[in-house]
Amino acid sequence: MSEAIFNPAPGRLAELWRPIRKILREPLGALGLFLVLLVIFGAVFADLLTGWDPTKINPRDRFQGPNPTHLMGTDQLGRDLFARVLYGGRIALFVALVSTGVSLVIGIILGLIAGYGPRWLDNLLILLFDAMKSFPTVMLALALVTLMGPSLTAVMVVIVLVTVPGYARIIRTQTIALKTSEYVTAAQSMGASSARILRLHILPNVIGPLVILASMDIPVVIGIEAGMSFLGLGVRPPTPSWGSILNDGFTNIRDTAWIAIAGGVPIIITTLGFTFLGETLRDVFDPRLKGR
Amino acid sequence: MLSYFFKRLGLAAAIVSVAMFLLFCMIYLIPGDPASVALGPRATEEMRAALREKMGLNQPVLVQFWNFYIGAWTGDLGDEVLSGRPVTTVVFEQLPYTLALIVGGITWSVALGIPLGCWAAVSRGSWADRIVGILSVAVIAVPSFVIAIYALLIFSVELRWLPAIGAGEPGDLGDQLRHLILPSLAVGLGWVGYIARMVRASMLEVLEASHIRTARAFGLPDRTITYRYALSIAILPTVTLLGVGIGQMLSSAVFAEIVFARPGVGKLVYDAILTRNFPIVTGTVLITTVLFVLLNLLADLIIGALDPRVRSNF
Repeated sequence: MSEAIFNPAPGRLAELWRPIRKILREPLGALGLFLVLLVIFGAVFADLLTGWDPTKINPRDRFQGPNPTHLMGTDQLGRDLFARVLYGGRIALFVALVSTGVSLVIGIILGLIAGYGPRWLDNLLILLFDAMKSFPTVMLALALVTLMGPSLTAVMVVIVLVTVPGYARIIRTQTIALKTSEYVTAAQSMGASSARILRLHILPNVIGPLVILASMDIPVVIGIEAGMSFLGLGVRPPTPSWGSILNDGFTNIRDTAWIAIAGGVPIIITTLGFTFLGETLRDVFDPRLKGR
Repeated sequence: MLSYFFKRLGLAAAIVSVAMFLLFCMIYLIPGDPASVALGPRATEEMRAALREKMGLNQPVLVQFWNFYIGAWTGDLGDEVLSGRPVTTVVFEQLPYTLALIVGGITWSVALGIPLGCWAAVSRGSWADRIVGILSVAVIAVPSFVIAIYALLIFSVELRWLPAIGAGEPGDLGDQLRHLILPSLAVGLGWVGYIARMVRASMLEVLEASHIRTARAFGLPDRTITYRYALSIAILPTVTLLGVGIGQMLSSAVFAEIVFARPGVGKLVYDAILTRNFPIVTGTVLITTVLFVLLNLLADLIIGALDPRVRSNF
């Protein structure tokens, strides 16, 4: 009787809580989750956490080190670095979320087509994926940006082009494995259309590993955005991005180290956080992916 | 082996062809024509028309693609906009600097990665193993340009141990090597992580193998078993890993060249973008892609030669 009271049936909240508890049990996973939440918190509540405008120029206060007024100091134009870092986090997370989302959708569609479609289409798509992967990322990005002009859109197009082949390939492999399974044959014999089979019977079974892979790709994606912005090919000034702050730090590296520190540390924290979290997610939920 | 060689070669040629097609599509489908991009916004309509004529942009698309395709296979990637020198010549002048950087990166990653991975595998489950594991993940995660800038900041600007700019005096090998240390560290550090993990995993596998057990039974010292018998097999997968890794190292090299103001392919492309020297950009992308495909091919062939199972499964 008392057991029933102390162990209520698992509700929705408990369902949600269980994976989080699994992650927290791993020290590295807990650290990763903490870092990720820290970055998200800073980006979401940027306007509450600082009173400074990240684009406000104030030449008299330039090149300050960290102090009570400017927590991370100021850059070569006297802009508050803490504010720029917080608002830069918004750009990084926005680009990561949108481009990973688009890339997942395209990757899933192409992967299902390659895995379930006719053999010649499969071969063609595989060749296309291999060719896409054979471009060195930064070279491809540089070529695209030259043509499209520097913008956040160009950066996102690059990210999608770089990440889609990987997602499509894993979906394809899993689809091929499931294509001949008994329950799919059963659905086929009952006259289900290919679209229905793919949507109801195959997709739910192949999507798990993909989500984990995508979460492990987020640091790469954030790295591409920061890298492009570092080269001056991403966001346009004066919009703050971690990459452009790092570029300011690089240009003025002989005057002060604080700008480079302010630009680089958030990139390190975010990529480490997402990587630790992603690795733990993988180990906890899908050990088969280990070594990828 | 011969049939595997030709099949693998055919696949590489197909990949390069498709890559060329994609590159061509990118150039011609994206809004903004190369002539206007090259001349900039202040060019007159006559100048644009003349350059379009010269670059062959007035011909039908299929003819243009055919010319581009045939030209690329015969090593003709067009001429540079400003000086009129052949793109291939310009790129091949810069390529050795980038290759030196990549070889330096590989050296760093192998020199640090193999011992670390080996150490972690031998002391499996200990604190040393855990620390190597965490460090490996960490260096993989952090983007190479952040490493490049912090290396510049710490070792060149603050400590003044190593030079910050350029590739060193031509002819002075020692000076050139000193200029190579930091940029190649930035290129290779991430791969220390990949290699350490890979070596650790394959070492653990090999240490279970029966010939190692036999060696133990014979009473050979642990040291000999680990380094002579196990490691020589366990480092094989590293070859494939490096084949794939060279593409990424090429990307890191672009940043390293810009941060350390070194000559090289990356610096070439970056400057070409700023001066809108478009043929240089596409030419470099194509040449580096072919290079990447060739190196992958080489890695596969080496593995194929060492391991007959790969050949028969292809």
